[in-house]
Amino acid sequence: MTTIEVRGLTKKYGPETVVDDLSFTVEPGQVTGFLGPNGAGKSTTMRMIMGLATPARGSVTIGGRRYADLPAPLTEVGALLDAGAVHGARRAYDHLLALAVSNGLPRRRVGEVLARTGLEGVAGRRAGGFSLGMRQRLGIAAALLGDPRVLIFDEPVNGLDPEGIRWIRDFMRALAREGRAVLVSSHLMSEMAQTADHLVVVGRGRLIADTGMSELMRANGAGTVLVRTSDPGSLARRLTAAGATVRDGLENSLVVSGMTGEEIGKLAAYHGVALSELTPQLASLEDAFMELTKDSVEYQGAA
Amino acid sequence: MSFARTLHAEWIKFRSLRSSWYTLATLLVVGLGITALSMGAAGADRAESPQDWDPTGRSLTTYIVAQLIIGVLGILVVTSEYATGLMATTLSATPRRHRLLAAKVVVATAVALVAGQVLMFASFFLGQAVLITQEVPNAQLGDPGVLSAVTGGGIYLSAIALLAVGLGTIMRATAGALATLVGIIFLVPALQGLFPSWMQGLFAIWPTKGAAAIFATVPDPAYPEPWLNLGGMCLGVAVVLAAAFAVFLRRDV
Repeated sequence: MTTIEVRGLTKKYGPETVVDDLSFTVEPGQVTGFLGPNGAGKSTTMRMIMGLATPARGSVTIGGRRYADLPAPLTEVGALLDAGAVHGARRAYDHLLALAVSNGLPRRRVGEVLARTGLEGVAGRRAGGFSLGMRQRLGIAAALLGDPRVLIFDEPVNGLDPEGIRWIRDFMRALAREGRAVLVSSHLMSEMAQTADHLVVVGRGRLIADTGMSELMRANGAGTVLVRTSDPGSLARRLTAAGATVRDGLENSLVVSGMTGEEIGKLAAYHGVALSELTPQLASLEDAFMELTKDSVEYQGAA
Repeated sequence: MSFARTLHAEWIKFRSLRSSWYTLATLLVVGLGITALSMGAAGADRAESPQDWDPTGRSLTTYIVAQLIIGVLGILVVTSEYATGLMATTLSATPRRHRLLAAKVVVATAVALVAGQVLMFASFFLGQAVLITQEVPNAQLGDPGVLSAVTGGGIYLSAIALLAVGLGTIMRATAGALATLVGIIFLVPALQGLFPSWMQGLFAIWPTKGAAAIFATVPDPAYPEPWLNLGGMCLGVAVVLAAAFAVFLRRDV
């Protein structure tokens, strides 16, 4: 079983620390979401995992070895860091063939990965004429060439149409089911919610959370209730007076925390307020993410 | 074994780009076109100063433009990967950077050696053929110094291609590397007079200057041993390549 171990990773560009003492582990058999706002250091971390950037401190190992020490890296790690990273004038087949040959992989692997990514029909076409979705597939085909146990995708769904997004999502799930370690970055929590089993959240280069997806849902979902009524203002005052925290939700609704649905219902009945909706919520992961990264920003500001 | 794989992959990358073949075709077409043109006024020039008449050197003057085209080829071997971002993919597949750059150098050298020799021999024969039609004294391949000038010329062009590989690696951008190459092969020689005397020694091994003495069969009194000048330029190219390896190994992609 191959894992990615990131230990105390630090990267500086000039005076700026873009990755700050980051440690986490990517386990096989699951999709690990690597989440953070733009500029949080996700891509830089991935580039350090791939040996493309040198850390100032710390280490990354893949199955216990440094990337540069892998004798045939494509057979251990497949990565899609930038879908645009193909020469537009080169045929898809030749692009993959050069990569396969460099790692001593047989020629038939090129045909196999083209088939698996649905690109057989365009193998002889120049990559410059590809749509973003096709380039993405070509990048994934390259990542799969050596049938690696570890896969790394940097923002793979950016700019894709819904069909392409679904395809990539299903594809990553399938790769994890095959027992591979899959690390996928995104700045969208909603995307991760549909793909990831485990989450590594970073903000400003620091680790904010390293947690299972279901734990995160439970930890952040407790105690929020959506309430709808014809006069939200007065109910909000009464709820606040009773010790709840109230904020405005969508379409004139209230989002209440600190009180259960039952308590809110009783309070409303006592004051004779008619409720049109009372729904206990699992806080959306988006909210959880905002909450997490907000803390990191505040911490940064105070420091 | 592993270097052979890297080399093979680099060769696939080179041959799978049309631009590689277009550049080589341009090298031959433009190179031979200039040879044909430059032979036009040969008769009149020869009449002016018969003792300096060098039919071989005359047919090889096409090197002046050919070195730029073969330089573009060398630059693109490296910078096309940076322009497209492909370098990250390449280095993911071949993280041993010295091996990757060495493979690129070998591919560029092999291509440039073949292309350079082909162009020089073709220019020589075309040039002499034009002279025959003008009934101007011409040279044979077996004449003293001729084979040395023609093969040395091919080596000169290969060295320029390698210089370009080095510049492309250091600059990572086609425009910057090309501008530097033009500066080295055209501007610096044109501005020779501006440089202080202690730097004048460098011009003995400089492209288009001392190193280009290799193209002549009539000895230039300033450069009596043209192979030494060419050897000096090759050493200079080696220094640039060494610098290219050093930065390529150390820097983030």
